[in-house]
Formats: sequence, structure tokens, C-alpha cells
Amino acid sequence: MSHARSRVVEELRDRIAHLEGSGARKAVVLPFGVPEMDERLPGGGLAYGAIHEIAGGGAGTVDGAAAVLFAGGIAARSKGKVLWCLTRPDLFAPALSQAGLHPDRVIYCEADREDDVLASMEEGLSFGGLGAVVGELVRLPMTASRRLQLAAEKTGTLGLVVRRWRRQTEASDYGNPTASTTRWRVSVLPSEPLPVAGVGRARWLAELMRVKAGECAEFEIGACDAKGRVCLLPLSGDRQDQTTWRGSRAS
Amino acid sequence: MPADQPLVVIAKSGSKRWVSAADIAARKVGLRVGMAASKAQAVIANLTMIDADPAADAAALERLALWALRQYSPVVAVDGTDGFVMDTEGADHLRGGEEMLISGLVNMLRAKGLTARAAVSDTWGASHAITRLVSAETTVVPMGGVSNAVVGLPIHCLRLPPDTIHGLRVLGVDTVGELSAMPSAPLSLRFGPEVGRRLDQLFGRVAEPIEPLRTPELVEVSRSFLEPIGAAETIAKYIGKLVVQLSAKLEERGLGVRRSDLIIHRVDNTRQSVRAGLQKPVRDPRRLTKLLCDQIEKIDPRFGIEKMVLVAVMAEPLEAKQIASSLVEEQVVDVTPLIDILGNRGQRLYRMMPVASDVPERSVKRIAPTADDTGADWAVKWPRPSRLLARPEEIETMAVLPDQPPVVVAWRGKRRRIVRADGPERIFGEWWLRPKEMEAVRDYFVVEDEQGERLWVFRAGDGVDTATGSHKWFLHGVFG
Repeated sequence: MSHARSRVVEELRDRIAHLEGSGARKAVVLPFGVPEMDERLPGGGLAYGAIHEIAGGGAGTVDGAAAVLFAGGIAARSKGKVLWCLTRPDLFAPALSQAGLHPDRVIYCEADREDDVLASMEEGLSFGGLGAVVGELVRLPMTASRRLQLAAEKTGTLGLVVRRWRRQTEASDYGNPTASTTRWRVSVLPSEPLPVAGVGRARWLAELMRVKAGECAEFEIGACDAKGRVCLLPLSGDRQDQTTWRGSRAS
Repeated sequence: MPADQPLVVIAKSGSKRWVSAADIAARKVGLRVGMAASKAQAVIANLTMIDADPAADAAALERLALWALRQYSPVVAVDGTDGFVMDTEGADHLRGGEEMLISGLVNMLRAKGLTARAAVSDTWGASHAITRLVSAETTVVPMGGVSNAVVGLPIHCLRLPPDTIHGLRVLGVDTVGELSAMPSAPLSLRFGPEVGRRLDQLFGRVAEPIEPLRTPELVEVSRSFLEPIGAAETIAKYIGKLVVQLSAKLEERGLGVRRSDLIIHRVDNTRQSVRAGLQKPVRDPRRLTKLLCDQIEKIDPRFGIEKMVLVAVMAEPLEAKQIASSLVEEQVVDVTPLIDILGNRGQRLYRMMPVASDVPERSVKRIAPTADDTGADWAVKWPRPSRLLARPEEIETMAVLPDQPPVVVAWRGKRRRIVRADGPERIFGEWWLRPKEMEAVRDYFVVEDEQGERLWVFRAGDGVDTATGSHKWFLHGVFG
């Protein structure tokens, strides 16, 4: 019985994939290398030829410091040059290099207006041959995200949108629907405890808020290492600050 | 020759020898243009005199205009014997606006040892008059402000023959304002149509297209239309045809284009131009067409376009290169086409290069996006924040001197209790760059608050000696 059902489900999946027009294309993904994360993503990783949105949580909605490193780590693990489109040039390149993205690989494209960032991203995505295209944006309307998604689908380039807002209250915009394939929120957690005084490896709470053909998930991860890889950390339920933090979120 | 020695240029007309140009030192002692040569010699004992060479002057002026054609604007022409005129429409934004364009131009010429005056206005006539009669080095006449700007100028700026000017003076007309207030019919009856035409050109009532300077080396293709065209698709179609012709011509000469101009002649005898620049010489028709078609929305056909001209203003040798044929060899994608497309849209493109400096804001340098890969990386192993503030912001802290991290940090109205910290990382001032930094010290700390937000703070000074800094605390970056 269950065998027959799974066959039906398979068949339905195939038909849906055919309708979506991705049947001819091979589903290529960029895995995180963390099995627990990859199994939650369809295809076993972040899909190439798609747009992925990343935002910060808390104060990170304004500075996007963790989100930008998360994006940098993903871009670092892709192959080829990376186009980084932005309007506010406060990104510090040595940090990207420490996340594994060599300065020779990144071409920055600074614009005065958000619309120009969108246009540059679209041009970069439809160019093909780039490893990833990253854009730092405040607003991402549905139409614009659809255009980016289509441009990415055509060439199979990885598109990453880092959302950062002017004010923390404006971050409610992140609930609005866009055409992006996955949507992440990366917020900072207290760093890994060390046996001595000091700041250990940074830790993030990566929330997979939306994923096409998948379910939401939350991961506590260690920040990008020098190769842009993240790692899963054991859920530390025994620590005092951790439990209160979770409690406050649930309420 | 010393610079303070007076120098004049002597011109001959018939048997009369007169001063046609005088340098600053000569003008200081009272020599003026138009003075008889013998009189000038009488004023200064050992005056250096050079015979005028109008042909060489004209050639030098043409060289200068050609240089401006490559650097500044697609439409440049020699104006009279002492200047050049260029159409800055569609070219000024590349230099940051009209004001920046002409002040940059004047400064560039000054660096070459030339004194120049420049003006931007709606019409050729007004710019001609203002550069020659207004003493300011640069003048920008706002849109529609020509009549106000020229009303008080004397009539000899109107590019009229000398006897017409003399005749008008006899009638008691001295300024452009007075002349333009007179009825035009009696004027043209007496002086011919030239006066009215020059006035109309000055105020922009009739168009005065600039015939751009061309040299035999410039590769140029053009296409005239029987019926004026105007639709974007039609323009795109003919741009494509012109580019193919241009590429064929370039191929004959083994050249690739670095900068190309498309000049559009409209039916109402006005012109517009769009320019496309490239990082490396190119003659691939598809890439050139894409760059030019990207700018079609800037083209305003008005009543229709009757002719399109495509010029390769700057061309460089381009040799055929073998592409990687090996199957094993990794395919390296050339991103120059993308950089050209984005660069022509006015986006600032750059790459970051490490600089051997411990001071964070000096450790990065912007380089051209197409520069060769340096392979260099930052040598520092300490963590660096992903966001660096443009200027360090002062924060309120509580910290134990001399080398303890702060316990409490208040930044942008938010007070945080620090639970973990790393540091200090001591960075010394670079006295070889600025003598003020001889003693300066910054002690950087990575601090983490209860929520896990990691900040990069520093104390100006080493915590002991006040000569090394004010001992105030600053926030310089945010970690992810």
C-alpha cells in the first residue's frame, strides 16, 4: 500500500516539475555540507539558478552584518567571480576574505539608487558565467524578485539578496511574498564558550523561513570558517541564557 | 628662459608689426595686445619677441580639440582662432556634471601650462561670448538663462565682421541688450541678414549645429534615411547595421574600439550623441550593439532622425587570440562584457585590494574591476567586522585602565552589558603618512553583549600616556 502511494507521489512530483518548466534542466544545488541542513532543502542544497533571500534578525535587520557573511560564505563556496551590488559601501572586504571569498573574486558594483542595484543584479544574473550575484537591498517587490528569478533560471547563476532596512521596524516588510526560492533569517547568538576568557567562534541562528517545496526549519550554526563553511552546533539546552532566550521568543 | 621675463608674440599685417599676445609678466609692465611692436620695445629694454606663426597655432589648437574629442565629448570643433567648442549634452554626467566637467578641463589645461576659460550655456554663441568676455575662469549658465547672461556684454562678441561692429558702434549700439531691443527689419536692411542670424543663434532661436572635428584616422560609418525614423526598434535595427559595418572596417585595420560615439542628426538640424566606452579594445558586433542599444532610451528623436553616424573615437590595436582549446584546461569566463555594460550605465565598479597597513580604514584600496588578479590577501589573522563604519562613532563605556575591555557600552542610545571580550589588539599610527600620528595608538577590542551582538570598539590611546590619544572610546565596526 505504502509502496503504491509513494509511486503516486513520485509521479505527481514529476508532473509538477514538468509544469514548472524545470524538467529539462538538471537540478543543480550547492550543498551546505551539513547533512541536517541539506536534507531540509529540496535537491539537497541551495538551488543554482534561483534567488535566495537572506535577512538579519534583531539589530541585524539594519546592519545585516551576519546575513552578509552568511551570503559571503555561500558565494565563497560557489565557483567563479562574484558580482556584489550595493548602495551603501560599508562592507569591509577583509571580513569577506575571512569568510573564504578571495578579494580577486569579488567585483563590487556601487549604485546610487536601489533600482540600479536591481538592474545590475538582473544583468549579472543573465550574463551567465558568474559564480554568484549578491545584492544588498531594502525593498524587493514581487515583480522585481520575479524578474531576478527568471534571469537566474535562464543561466543557472546563484542569486543572493541580502535584505537590510533603514529601521528595525521596517523589517516587517520581510513577511511580504516574493518569488525567491528560499528565505533565510540569520541572527547572532552568543559565541561558542571557551575555557578561557575571550570570544569564541561566532554562532548564528539560521531560520529557513520559506522554501519552495520544503518545510521551514531552524538551525543553530557556527559562523563561516575560512572556507565559507558553516557547521551545526549541538543544541545547548542546558545553558541559562539560551533557555530564557527561547522562552522569550515563544511568548 | 625665466618665467618672470616679459614675452610677447609679434604679428605682421602688411608692414605693421603689432603685439598679438603677451604673457602675464609682460602685461604687468603695461604691454597690451594690439600695441605696436616698436612701442612695446620702447617700454621694456630687452623684451623677448617671437614672430607669430598662425599656421602652427591653428595646428596646435586642432590637436587640443582632438584631445578633447577623445576625453570629454563626442562633438568637438575648433571655434575661431583661439578656442574650441564642444557639445556637452550627454557627456557631462560622466564627469560629475557641467561644473565639474569644465573646471576639470581648465585645471587639466593649466597643468599643461595653458591658461583657459570655459563656459557652459544653452547655445554656442553665448558660450563663445562668455568665455572671451567674462573674467571668471569657469561659468555655468543655467538652462534658459542665456538672455540674462549676455544682455550686458559688448557687441563685438557676436562673431560679426569688424565693419559691421564699427557701423553699429556709430549708431550708438554698445551692448547685446541694446542690439536685441532694436527692430530687426531696419538692421538687416542696413547691415544684411548676418546681424539677425547671429542674434538668433545667440539666443537659441535658430539651431547652430557643431560640425565635429574629424581626422583621417577616425573610423566612421554613417547611414542616411530617406524617411526620418523615430521608433526605438528602428533605431536599434540601424545601430546593429552600423556596428557590423564599423567592425568590418576595424577588422581591416586590425583595430578594436575603446570608445565609440553614435551621433544622431535630427530633421530639425540638431544633433545628439551617445557614447559607449569599453575596458578593453573590442570589435565584437554583438557586444557593441548591446552597449549602444542600452542607451536608446536616452535618444530623443523629436521630429525624426535623418542620419546616424557611428565613430570609433578611440581605437586600439586588437590582435586575434587563440582561445583555450584543451579539454582539461579550466574555462575562465571573461567578465569584461558585463563590466562594460554596467559601467556605461554609470555604476561604479571596482575590486578591493589589500594594502599593507594595520589601520583598518587604510587596509583596503579600490582598483579597476578588470585589473589583473593580484592573488594578495589580508595577512591579518584577527577577526575583522563585516560592517565598518565610515567614521568611528564615539561611545560611552565603563572600563578599567589601562588594558581591560569595557564592561558596559552605550551606542546609539542602547546600553549593553559586555559578557565576553577579546583584546587588546594594538595598532600604531603611521607616522610616515601623517606626522600627527607619531605617537597615536588605538587599542581594539572585540566585545560581545548578552544578546550575542559582537562589536569592534577601540580606545584612542594606550591607557597610560595621554600623548598617545584622548582615551575616549569609539565603535568602529559590527561583526556578524
